[in-house]
Amino acid sequence: MTTQKGVIQQDEKKDGRTTAGMMIEVNGLSKTFNGTLKAVDNVSFNVKEGEIFGFLGPNGAGKSTTINMLTTLLRPTSGSAVIASHDVLKAPNEVRRNVGVVPQEYTADEDLTGYENIMLCADLYGIPRSVSKPRADELLKLVELEDAKGRKVNTYSGGMRRRLELACGLINHPHLLFLDEPTLGLDVQTRTAVWNYIRKLKDEYRMTLFMTTHYLEEADSLCDRIAIIDHGKIVKIDSPAGLKNSLGGDIIELGVKEDDERISGLISQVKFVKEVKKVDPLNYRIKTELGEEAVPEVIDVIRENGFHVAKVALTKPTLDQAYLEYTGRSLREEEVSRTQMMSQRRTMRMARS
Amino acid sequence: MSDTQETVNSEEKQLLLNPANGELNRSPFHGMWALTNRELKKWYKVPVLLLLSLIQPIVWLALFGKAFNIAGLVTPTNFNIPGLNLPSSVLNQIASAISQGLSQSMFAGTDYFSFLAVGMLAFIILSTAMFSGFSVVWDRRFGFLNKVLSTPVARGTIIMGKILSGVVRSLFQAAIVLIIAVLLGMNYSHFTPLGVLGTFIGLFLLSFGFSALFLMLALRSTDWQTQMAIANLLLMPLLFGSNALFPISAMPSWLQTFVKVNPISYATDLGRQLLLNPSASAVLNSVPFDLMYLAAFAVIFAAIGIVLSWRLLSK
Repeated sequence: MTTQKGVIQQDEKKDGRTTAGMMIEVNGLSKTFNGTLKAVDNVSFNVKEGEIFGFLGPNGAGKSTTINMLTTLLRPTSGSAVIASHDVLKAPNEVRRNVGVVPQEYTADEDLTGYENIMLCADLYGIPRSVSKPRADELLKLVELEDAKGRKVNTYSGGMRRRLELACGLINHPHLLFLDEPTLGLDVQTRTAVWNYIRKLKDEYRMTLFMTTHYLEEADSLCDRIAIIDHGKIVKIDSPAGLKNSLGGDIIELGVKEDDERISGLISQVKFVKEVKKVDPLNYRIKTELGEEAVPEVIDVIRENGFHVAKVALTKPTLDQAYLEYTGRSLREEEVSRTQMMSQRRTMRMARS
Repeated sequence: MSDTQETVNSEEKQLLLNPANGELNRSPFHGMWALTNRELKKWYKVPVLLLLSLIQPIVWLALFGKAFNIAGLVTPTNFNIPGLNLPSSVLNQIASAISQGLSQSMFAGTDYFSFLAVGMLAFIILSTAMFSGFSVVWDRRFGFLNKVLSTPVARGTIIMGKILSGVVRSLFQAAIVLIIAVLLGMNYSHFTPLGVLGTFIGLFLLSFGFSALFLMLALRSTDWQTQMAIANLLLMPLLFGSNALFPISAMPSWLQTFVKVNPISYATDLGRQLLLNPSASAVLNSVPFDLMYLAAFAVIFAAIGIVLSWRLLSK
């Protein structure tokens, strides 16, 4: 941790507020297009060093707009964002030097080879050739594109293109990496590979990662903290576990062999149990916290009092339910602008190539 | 074994953890050569494109230059004064006097083909520069522009890279045109190395200005068809509204005003003064004045382009 902080402080004059340990500080960020379309509405959040932070929401929720503002591609209409101690409005070039970007679209130049593409990115960052040549080799090895680096990108499959984007995004060895829908349209194997690279970047290289996604399982399995965003507003920020737990708990469905009024009372007394509902004479629907610990206690208390348990089922809340709870609807495709839709279609088509 | 693996791993980690920010090239021009070269590669590495860009000027020069055989209009067989029975020797003398007169006063002291050939140089510059705007549209559409914008490359450098690649391509084609023109019969008796250099400096400035202009028009566009339509719309007026194809002194006064502002006229005038040996009546302005006008054109439009790029490249 101290080494990282030391390296960051070696950067030139910082002009943003620095809260120790904060990679990204966003306050009241908004973006209105053409005076009418409010794509991002008063968004505020912080991202700590070393964590994977996710923006989860449907298409059109404002995820890409937000990430474009943080990577200085769009100018915010109002609000502030301080990235790696640099303000996006006052020192955008410093922000660009210190972050890596893996965009949603496939931005590599198709007429060049994979190696030429990553060297072009290195030149754009101003990295001297003596440094960038070994780095390019190292990164291409990391994403397993060593054998294909001499081929033109238009011969690459979708998964290979995404891996090349990842390598290009890391060429300036950033401490902070932005990923916009990193596995959009990819097949299962490449998805798993990309997830593994992301985890490796966090665990072994202690990078901070900011990603956007509309895939629930991706947010659930990768992110340390998630911000649910809908219609340009942040609805809730919490860890995946926290989001699920905040739903009020697990559901136990219990079937007993004897119909008795006392059973409800007995179950209610078990710790963790919050609510007991008798669905029919022999079945109960129990809302508890820590269902996996409550189930044996419930079974015990029923048997101790001479009754018999016929069946038991435990449902833990999913992120899907959490999303439904907080936004009032399930994650679905929203209306997006025509250019955005065409670009996504193109991305997905190239992903499947 | 595991020990060496450990060291390798921690070395890798060190590499990745150490961004070496202090060694970055922070000059505002960093990345310009990389971007220019990338554009040029798309052109010279595709043999078909290269070939087509060579054929176009050849075809134009051969067809246009030879078809418009103005000298052929002034032959004794084409005119006769009724009632007067002039001997053929007199008619020949009249014809050659008219030709001479036209050549001196209109065609910079030489035949029409040589006069036109210099105009063709300016034309090839114009048409190549016009289509350099397209690359912005493609890049924007395919996300490459966004990638470049997320790096610390100066916004002005992005523009300059595209302008420069347009300039290099157009100068290459102009050189081919000049060679072909000489092969097809252009009068090169007044060629000097300095003269050729001076002409190409003028063409360089012309190309710079027009590449910047057409790039500006394309800066926000995601639709290449509109750009194509605009380019085609402007090509004819710019070409015919100059002295590239036809001497200004024979044009109506309202057109002459436009011709005198059109930078193509200046580049062509410069070329004719340096490559052919025109009489005073065929010259538009002095050589230094031509160069200054072209330099102003190039600098002004490049500056506007760079300033606009700060605002318009990203939203």
